[in-house]
Amino acid sequence: MAVSSDDIAIFPPEPTAASALPLQRSFPQPQAVPASAKAWRQPIADGATWLASSLGTAALGLILPALLYALWWTAADRHWIAEQILPSPAFVWESLGIVWESGELQGHVGHSARRAALSLLIGGSFGLLLGFAMGLSERAKAYVFPTFNALAQLPVLGWIPLLIIFVGIDEGLKLSAISIAVVVPVALSTLNGIANIPGALLEVGRVYQFGAWQTLTRIVLPATTPALFTGLRQGVMQAWLTTIFVELLSSSEGLGFFMSYSRSLSQIDMVIVSMFAIGVLGIVIELALRLIESRLQGWRRNAF
Amino acid sequence: MPNTTTNNTPRFAWRGWVLPTAFIALWFTATQLHWVNTRLIVPPQGVVTTAIHELQQASFYAGVAQSLWRDLSGFAIGALAGVAVGTLIGVSRLADTLIGPTFHTLRQISLFAWLPLLSAILGTGDGAKVIFIAFSAFYPVVLGTLEGVKGVTQAHAEVARVYRFTAWQTLRRLVWPAAAPQILGGLRLGLIYAWLATIGAEFLLVNDGHGIGNIVFKGRSAFNVELILFGLLAIGTVGVVFNRLATLAEARLLHWRAPQRR
Repeated sequence: MAVSSDDIAIFPPEPTAASALPLQRSFPQPQAVPASAKAWRQPIADGATWLASSLGTAALGLILPALLYALWWTAADRHWIAEQILPSPAFVWESLGIVWESGELQGHVGHSARRAALSLLIGGSFGLLLGFAMGLSERAKAYVFPTFNALAQLPVLGWIPLLIIFVGIDEGLKLSAISIAVVVPVALSTLNGIANIPGALLEVGRVYQFGAWQTLTRIVLPATTPALFTGLRQGVMQAWLTTIFVELLSSSEGLGFFMSYSRSLSQIDMVIVSMFAIGVLGIVIELALRLIESRLQGWRRNAF
Repeated sequence: MPNTTTNNTPRFAWRGWVLPTAFIALWFTATQLHWVNTRLIVPPQGVVTTAIHELQQASFYAGVAQSLWRDLSGFAIGALAGVAVGTLIGVSRLADTLIGPTFHTLRQISLFAWLPLLSAILGTGDGAKVIFIAFSAFYPVVLGTLEGVKGVTQAHAEVARVYRFTAWQTLRRLVWPAAAPQILGGLRLGLIYAWLATIGAEFLLVNDGHGIGNIVFKGRSAFNVELILFGLLAIGTVGVVFNRLATLAEARLLHWRAPQRR
């Protein structure tokens, strides 16, 4: 377990536990100081400096955005760039308020999110199925993998014109294109995860005379969890990227549509509002992935 | 017995060909016997004819050249900026606190969401496309470089200090060589994303330019499925070639590290 000095400052370890840990170099020993308030003041002071330094760090991180914002504000205020091309920040805030209050923005967010999630489900299931089939059966891999690998080389965007011919430009196009984007990374990392299971683990299973189901649930699944998560992360990223792309290309709802529609009306303020919404959704996705990741790792620690 | 093992290695992997062959046979039969609408599902020989025809057109090569030029110039800008920013953030804690949060926040904006704003400011010509491609290569290169630079060990940095390396020497002779695998990984990813962005930009800013993506999109509006399939193959081939070249370059550049990696 890695313990940094910051951790000690916020949560002073219990005296008994602390004496067992070899980190007393920078931390005054309780025995060395007579039982007084001194021993308590130290961690509080540390905590205060930690708080101050982390606030300072956050403030430093805000300098660049503040400068950019000031530049944007000045550029709009002094009319360095025409207002039709770069609207003022105040105008963008106002536009954000309008579409937020009318619920239009939330509607588009919902459409995009639903699309991405549904395709993630479809593409992810296919990818898992393919990955497990190729990973578990040597024969399936010999038959399917060369074709799969060749098709995986084609960029997703290249499929879109073909898909438009076959499924039209409606919801089917979006779902199929996004699903294709998800299948490849999910299947590949599942396959890799299974291929990289340590032979020793499988041998243990053989020693315990595990059946196929037991091997799968007790060895293969736990051992491939990190790889499955990598696949999930890449799948989510691809799904989100492709969602915005197809919506920009042809759609009648969703954030990408809102963006290209506003662009065609030269409402750059709304374009910036949609970029903002896309960024916020991106951050939400990232946080959700981190949460899942930490859950998975917590589970791993419990298991071994 | 030893005979069979030696024969085993170069054996023709016929099983991998079963699926494609069966697919093309089915495709051929279905179109030949008119089981399907042949305007929608075009016969395979039609694709071959179109491919041969297109490969003889100067306009095709001009389109590919235009796309490649945009792709590579955008990639070059994005990669240089990416290595520079990645190294800066990785080496200097001050730079990390100043730039890091902004970088990691802007990174969350999905790539193609930049395109409408860029095209509003810079128009739909080459400028906007190249900047957009540079953007797409920038992020993975920064992340790769950052990962590599963070992995440089304290011991190595101390050696550099003992030898009194200047800042430039430290970068050239310690940081970049040590981070080379991750930087090259980032560059390879950047190359893939740059190609994706090249095609995507041509699809979205369709009214302007004659790149390979425009050829495909022309095929779509003319309902020319043969042309679309050919374009898909051409786009995929360029991607595969890039990937091969990246692998070769990586093997070449990391040759000196090979014994350690084993």
